[in-house]
Amino acid sequence: MTGVAERPPLYGEVIRERWRRPRRRGELADATRVAEDVNPLCGDRVRLMVALDDGHLRAVRFLGDSCAICTASADVVAELVEGRETAAAAALTARDVLDVLQADIRPTRMRCVTLPLTVLGQALAG
Amino acid sequence: MMRLDEQTRPDFPILERVVNGHPLTYLDSAASSQKPRTVIEAMARYYERSHANVHRSIHTLGEEATELYETARDRVQRFVGAEHREEIVFTRGTTDGLNLLADAVGHTLRAGDEILITEMEHHSNIIPWQMAARASGAAVRAVPVTAGGTLDLEAFARLLGPRTRVLALTHVSNVLGTINPVADLCRRARAAGALTVVDGAQAVPHMPVDIPLLDCDFYVFSGHKILGPTGIGVLWGRRAVLERLEPTRGGGEMIKEVWLDHAQWNDLPWRFEPGTPPIAEAVGLTAAVEYLEKLGMERVREHGAELTRQAVEALAALPEVIVYGPRTGERGALVSFSVAGLHPHDVAALLDAEGIAVRAGHHCAQPLMRCFGVVGTTRASFSVFNSPGEVTRLATAVTGLSSAL
Repeated sequence: MTGVAERPPLYGEVIRERWRRPRRRGELADATRVAEDVNPLCGDRVRLMVALDDGHLRAVRFLGDSCAICTASADVVAELVEGRETAAAAALTARDVLDVLQADIRPTRMRCVTLPLTVLGQALAG
Repeated sequence: MMRLDEQTRPDFPILERVVNGHPLTYLDSAASSQKPRTVIEAMARYYERSHANVHRSIHTLGEEATELYETARDRVQRFVGAEHREEIVFTRGTTDGLNLLADAVGHTLRAGDEILITEMEHHSNIIPWQMAARASGAAVRAVPVTAGGTLDLEAFARLLGPRTRVLALTHVSNVLGTINPVADLCRRARAAGALTVVDGAQAVPHMPVDIPLLDCDFYVFSGHKILGPTGIGVLWGRRAVLERLEPTRGGGEMIKEVWLDHAQWNDLPWRFEPGTPPIAEAVGLTAAVEYLEKLGMERVREHGAELTRQAVEALAALPEVIVYGPRTGERGALVSFSVAGLHPHDVAALLDAEGIAVRAGHHCAQPLMRCFGVVGTTRASFSVFNSPGEVTRLATAVTGLSSAL
């Protein structure tokens, strides 16, 4: 019988840690931009809230009903763009997120990584 | 007698695969079943020896291909108990068949008409009707699903009325496994003057289906879910109803005579089969149907029911697991469940790491997911080659999963 302890870790430590304890998950009461989208493959939903202040992203939070990869990605996206100028935030790529996640993501799960980026683009586009 | 999986396993070459260091445990046949060697070999033999276009090729290979293609129709006719061979129309699959029907029937609908579906339909039996409704001004109504995972039959009685022109419902739910009382519902709908369309994609693989007993006007299913190839499906239509239905897709094969400004349609069933049909796929389908007939569909049903009973019992015993669908009576050979604190995709990924292939997500049934307040579920589904040992493997792998991430 395969016990829990013998199970090899899936996804890598960063994804698992951010899935268990996301740093940027929550409501943002004074958000000036809010966007939400779904992954048509699985129905995952990510909502991104941004407080824009004088051309930079003062605060970013996310909420979502999503898998570990998508949740971790949303957490990383929110963290990476917080404090950035709008243009610099909009320039964030999937590569930037993958560099932080440090995981080998299969092609079938790449949409889980990119959904938060799509939502960020929508939020910044207003 | 040998257990069905013991008998059939050697027939499925793909089961020799090792996935992520484990022998493949394929529990995703409701999405697409694996193929026995006879199906694979029949298709290869056809391409190696007999391939040509059908019906108009006056040469030896063309005649062989035509005979093989039309033999498939006879085999399917026998398999589903159809009264007439011209009631069997080959399509690309269940989705294609439902779209064909929604197109053709949609042209006869008017504003004020109603199409009655159910909340447990696959998107394939929702979207085509939404499209038909939008084009005609008709309205789509849906029979709700109870908390127990069955159709709300009181609501059905309320929703069925003189405006109902179409009842489109699934025989077996692809998420809940619920077996709907289609014969009773179709009989009532036909008495009310509606056309009845049954999605048999999840029924035909797992139980004897004698279409005339179901009292419906149309019944559709896919080849690739009954051990056959992708790219072919079956639309059965009651002959008298098919005769009245205008084709909506034109091309070669579906006509008798063509002028520049009009044409005369071909006879049934070719009227609904424009273009070069899926010939090799029909050959594969013949082999699949013959394989299932040899096993005996009653035995296939018992095997699936036994595995499902075992899976429901084992999974429901885990405190962190919720099992969806009816808990009493028989169900289709599948079980949907969720694991507390885990997203279904992560459950599927964790199981895949142990060589267990399951489906996860909304299963193309988002309205049904909303009924149960979930984004998706994880689904294990069974076929003739699955063993009780594999069900135990699944239950063991799910145990303790919620702390695995």
